Amino acid sequence: MIKAMRFAMHTPWLVFVLLVLVLFAISSNSVSLFGTNLRSIPEFMILPLSDWAGNALNWFAREASIGSLTVQTITRNFAELVNWPITALNMLLADGIVTGAGFNKHQLMPPLSWLGLSSALVLYSYFLGGRRLAWLSAIGTAYLVFFGLWQHAMTTLASVIMCVIVAAGLGLFIGIASYRAEKVEIASRVVMNVMQTVPIFSYLVPTLLLFGYGPSAALLATVLYALPPMVHATVLALKSVPTEIREYGEIAGSTKRQLLWKVELPAALPMLTVGLNQVVMMSLNMVIIASMIGAGGLGYDVLRALRRLDIGGGLEAGMGIVVLAVILDRITQAAARRQSAGLNHEVRSPRPWLYLLIIFGATGASFLLPALQFWPEKMMLSTAPFWNESISFINQHFFDQMEALRNFSLLHIMNPFRDFLVELPFVLVLLTLGGIAYVLSGIRLAAIVMGMTAFIAVSGFWEAAMISVYLTACSVVIAVLIGFPFGVYIASSPRLLKPASLLLDTLQTLPTFIYLLPAVMLFRNGDFSALIAIACYAIAPAIRYTIHGLRSVPESRIEAAIMAGCTPTQVFRHVKIPSAYPTLLLGLNQTIMMALSMLVIAALVGTRDLGQEVYIALTRAETGNGIIAGLGIAAIALISDSLLKAWAAKKQHQLGVKP
Amino acid sequence: MKKLIASIVSSAVILSVSQGAQAFTPESKQPIKLMVADWTSMLINTEIMNIILSTYGYNVEKVIADDSARYPGFEYGDLHIALETWQTTQEAALASSIKTGKVLDLGETGMHAKEDWWYPLYMKERCPGLPEWKALQDCAAAFATADTAPKGRYLSAPVSWGGNDEERVAALDLPFEVVHAGTDAGLTAELKAAYERKAPIILWVYEPNWVSKAFEGEFVKFPANTPECTSDASWGPNKDATYDCGKPEGWIKKMGWAEGETIWPCAYDMVRNFKMDNATISDLVYQVDVEGKEVEDVAMQWARDNEKTWRSWASCAAN
Repeated sequence: MIKAMRFAMHTPWLVFVLLVLVLFAISSNSVSLFGTNLRSIPEFMILPLSDWAGNALNWFAREASIGSLTVQTITRNFAELVNWPITALNMLLADGIVTGAGFNKHQLMPPLSWLGLSSALVLYSYFLGGRRLAWLSAIGTAYLVFFGLWQHAMTTLASVIMCVIVAAGLGLFIGIASYRAEKVEIASRVVMNVMQTVPIFSYLVPTLLLFGYGPSAALLATVLYALPPMVHATVLALKSVPTEIREYGEIAGSTKRQLLWKVELPAALPMLTVGLNQVVMMSLNMVIIASMIGAGGLGYDVLRALRRLDIGGGLEAGMGIVVLAVILDRITQAAARRQSAGLNHEVRSPRPWLYLLIIFGATGASFLLPALQFWPEKMMLSTAPFWNESISFINQHFFDQMEALRNFSLLHIMNPFRDFLVELPFVLVLLTLGGIAYVLSGIRLAAIVMGMTAFIAVSGFWEAAMISVYLTACSVVIAVLIGFPFGVYIASSPRLLKPASLLLDTLQTLPTFIYLLPAVMLFRNGDFSALIAIACYAIAPAIRYTIHGLRSVPESRIEAAIMAGCTPTQVFRHVKIPSAYPTLLLGLNQTIMMALSMLVIAALVGTRDLGQEVYIALTRAETGNGIIAGLGIAAIALISDSLLKAWAAKKQHQLGVKP
Repeated sequence: MKKLIASIVSSAVILSVSQGAQAFTPESKQPIKLMVADWTSMLINTEIMNIILSTYGYNVEKVIADDSARYPGFEYGDLHIALETWQTTQEAALASSIKTGKVLDLGETGMHAKEDWWYPLYMKERCPGLPEWKALQDCAAAFATADTAPKGRYLSAPVSWGGNDEERVAALDLPFEVVHAGTDAGLTAELKAAYERKAPIILWVYEPNWVSKAFEGEFVKFPANTPECTSDASWGPNKDATYDCGKPEGWIKKMGWAEGETIWPCAYDMVRNFKMDNATISDLVYQVDVEGKEVEDVAMQWARDNEKTWRSWASCAAN
């Protein structure tokens, strides 16, 4: 008896499981408590949160005013202002100066020639990263030109450039403010965490209300999405500036401002570039959604191609986005490495006039040779028919097998799991989550987690939220089942690291829309297609963190194990996995975050979850519903995030390792 | 270098000449904002209007907006002209927006909207009573999939389109499960996949659209949709339920921002006169969606071939 009690003391889990079982028994017998049964959420508890949020926003967007100016006038003028540089960049890079349309259309000035821009880019890549990077840029830009994607890629690039400038500036500003005052940091961290998890569709409607339709609204929505990593990176970068450097600055008699701009920021530059890199990637991630509210460019090409079921065409345009992402990513990374390598090794950069000469020389030549302005349509390549026929072939010859797979998963795994989750009594879920949080961390986390669960319950989206949890859980399981072994394999063969990182970048930047449609053709509209799309996207972090975790296990530990006579399997099981545990948990966490962020897009194949609520709210311009359902997704994300982080911290503490 | 300067100069000359050649001067240089949504017929019609207005020297901007989310934009003057407003989905919303006094009904386009349950012709062999809706009561199994069996599977439009299919299935006692696609493309993707395999499918199709041109099939004949059907339970085959009929069909109208009428009266006149018919637009849509041509090229070709027609719409600019 004493033994059993001690056992229970050491494993709070056991107490916990018992508690859950008791609760389950009570609630499934519909014992009533305070006049309601515990099974469903009583009517009076559901608050009209959506109406409140909607009304508040409508008031803010239409009637609120600062002094004599209404908020709307201010935001609209701001949108006009932002629109101006976008238009200018677009003229320069993509369209040239064009007036009129139809019979009255005139090309007054051509855009900068593709030949000039790409040559300058290749030269710059060579200077930054040598021959390898130069080849990458050359092949990438050649793809854009020969596949007829150049012009729209430049439209996309123009909006990405604008977005990166605004997001980086704003992120830097908030980051510096957070670094200087702890209160600001806490507030900004909370806001940023919520912003990162609320699906972008949720804030599209408010941005449309405030900033009107068109490219500037798309830009601002993208900025909101890409801002958090820049803020995080800025705070982190400034905090990690060595104190000696700071002290030197102080000894030299710098003012606070001089210290920041002349000492701290330059010293923090390498890490700031990492944040910038994230901003670039996230803006490109948003390209397709931004194009739904008027940003045009490659995202719009993808949407148009998919509308006419030209999957190959969509894939080509989507690969254009990947090419932009990979080139920008590798260039910013190379720049970051140069910065951190210091000035000693610097190869002299070609002078700016050389770049200008190349760009304007080629543009000048394009007056004589129109093919240098717009690559002639007749000479464009396309692989689209091949992809379209492949899908048709698979559809005609392998449909039965795939249908069997779909039916089995749906009927025997997914649907029962969904029904189970939807049927779970609310009180049980609330207490279970609270209990887990308590065991992992303490009363504070338990209160936070239960508060967020209660928020979902009172919002009236409980069932949709449970369906979201079911979809996310299923796809995370698939992503981990495939991603973990794959990551283990890559980690053990260093030669594959570079190709694998290219593959992962492609998975993360190729718009998900592209695999959504083939999934629908082969697996019909519904949860199974959604599952595949979500798993495809969420698999990248599962692989990345596995590789990272396994490769950062200290050599000394492995050597010690081998000397102790462990077989490779034993080393893997008893040394590598336990040491990598915290990192693997963080990877799981990221996988869940990615899956949750995909829910909204999965709504496009007809799911019935929170993502669908957000999507419907977007198409009907119902601000309140969109925001509240979006916050519901954020709540799920934050709950799982805080629980997993607490678990990882606990493990880390037990193992005495750093992730 | 000489040639370079020459070409700059010549393009400047072209501009001044083209402006000089215009007999008509627009009432205002303020840009007219044409709304563009995401389906193809709207893109083509809007581009045609863009060509016409630009030819007469108007400053035109295209603004992308969502079908249902357009009304605040029109009421606040962010959007000025929309070429397509479908009675089938937008009737109530348009009427209530017109009531604010800020939005104008600019007349019908002449196109006729129809949307309803649709099946490929080969399904007729497996369900011989079609197109009569009663046949669906007996051969639902022919449309079943493993997860809906023994009920049939009916693929409906995205939830946000409305359509009352759940009510319809209940009222007409159809043994079908309603599954919603997430997007328009999701609908046609599944149709294409099923069509390639001659597999069972019944789904929501709308016209004018390229689907009925690319795939052979027909609409189910439901009892006609009348106002009584949706308001009066005793009407129709089921005496105790509403929605015991098909989906509504009807006009596709142009709409505009009311204040714009005073700014560009002649442009509004051209929009009022704009006409298009189902056969022509389906053909243009087919060229874009199936043959993969650019919207701008297809619209421009139409404008070249029908110059007389659209010049006649612009009588106010002819002086």
